[in-house]
Amino acid sequence: MKSEVSTADLVEYLLRLGDDALVTAQRLGEWSARAPEMETDIALSNIALDQLGAARLLLTYAGEIEGAGRDEDALAYLRADHEFRNAQLVELADEQPELGHDFGVAIAKLLCLSAYQQPLYQRLCSSTDERIAGIAAKAVKESAYHLDFATLWTVRLGDGTGASRDRMAGAFAVVWPYTYELFETDDLVARVAAAGVGVDPSTLREHWSEVVGGVLAMATLDVPETSWRPTGGRTGRHTEAMSYLLAEMQVLHRAHPGAAW
Amino acid sequence: MSGGDSQLWEVFVRPRRGLSHVHVGSLHAPDAQVALHHARDVYTRRQEGVSIWVVPAAAISASSPDEKDAFFDPAADKVYRHPTFYHVPEGAGHL
Repeated sequence: MKSEVSTADLVEYLLRLGDDALVTAQRLGEWSARAPEMETDIALSNIALDQLGAARLLLTYAGEIEGAGRDEDALAYLRADHEFRNAQLVELADEQPELGHDFGVAIAKLLCLSAYQQPLYQRLCSSTDERIAGIAAKAVKESAYHLDFATLWTVRLGDGTGASRDRMAGAFAVVWPYTYELFETDDLVARVAAAGVGVDPSTLREHWSEVVGGVLAMATLDVPETSWRPTGGRTGRHTEAMSYLLAEMQVLHRAHPGAAW
Repeated sequence: MSGGDSQLWEVFVRPRRGLSHVHVGSLHAPDAQVALHHARDVYTRRQEGVSIWVVPAAAISASSPDEKDAFFDPAADKVYRHPTFYHVPEGAGHL
């Protein structure tokens, strides 16, 4: 390993990347057999599998350099909620107040996330850590498609009927406060960025605002305004939704350790 | 999102350069761009293609099954239309 960052830093950074992808995959997987159309159902499941693929590579690598004998399964299935390092955005249930399960929220989350992941992976392609660079090179193409897909639906629903526009606007109102956490910087990202291993997410913010703002404009939606900016996911503080998500994701492995099919 | 605005699209995929687009199936989508995305997700998940066409099913004029005899049977006894006297060169796989 060429990087100059400490093992603990690198593990922590990989968990942030990997947990974002893993929790996103789990949420998107909930749409299997529930999406508005069969074609959309397959698309969301495909995207979930892309995210899961990236998560497996990142968590496997994290487990290897940690050297404590934890593999991807141990990291995914045997950590408690406070040990997860994903941003709170990805754990949010795809629901709107009074509407319940909502495709618009899933799309709004995917747009905000992929507009962040795509340039992030793009930059990580030139990470000084070859393993991270390799994972990013695979993931960046997938992210570009996720962004494309989310853009397509945001525009069609936002600039669609009155009802679809209201739902899409409501979805962004739910999601927007949680987007700020994606770009937070701290000592850890400063160290991994200085070593050329990782990326300081605050440097992605401007590009993100342009991309997402452009999509919202095409969708005739206003950029939401909020002064409430919840945070804490990167240090293991999560919303209530996270515990339910983990319960469902982990129950099988905890009941039948090592179960395979 | 009941799918009420969706129309039917026929999907054609070209497996690789040098081959023609081949009909692989159909799907529902509200417009051409969404249809292309759906086609990518439904029909090229396993690297089946390098190019996709989507065509509104309503835009396809098809021969009628009732006219099958008039359309196709007259060719049945005209063996001289088949180039059976050529040798196919080796390596020409897709004649």
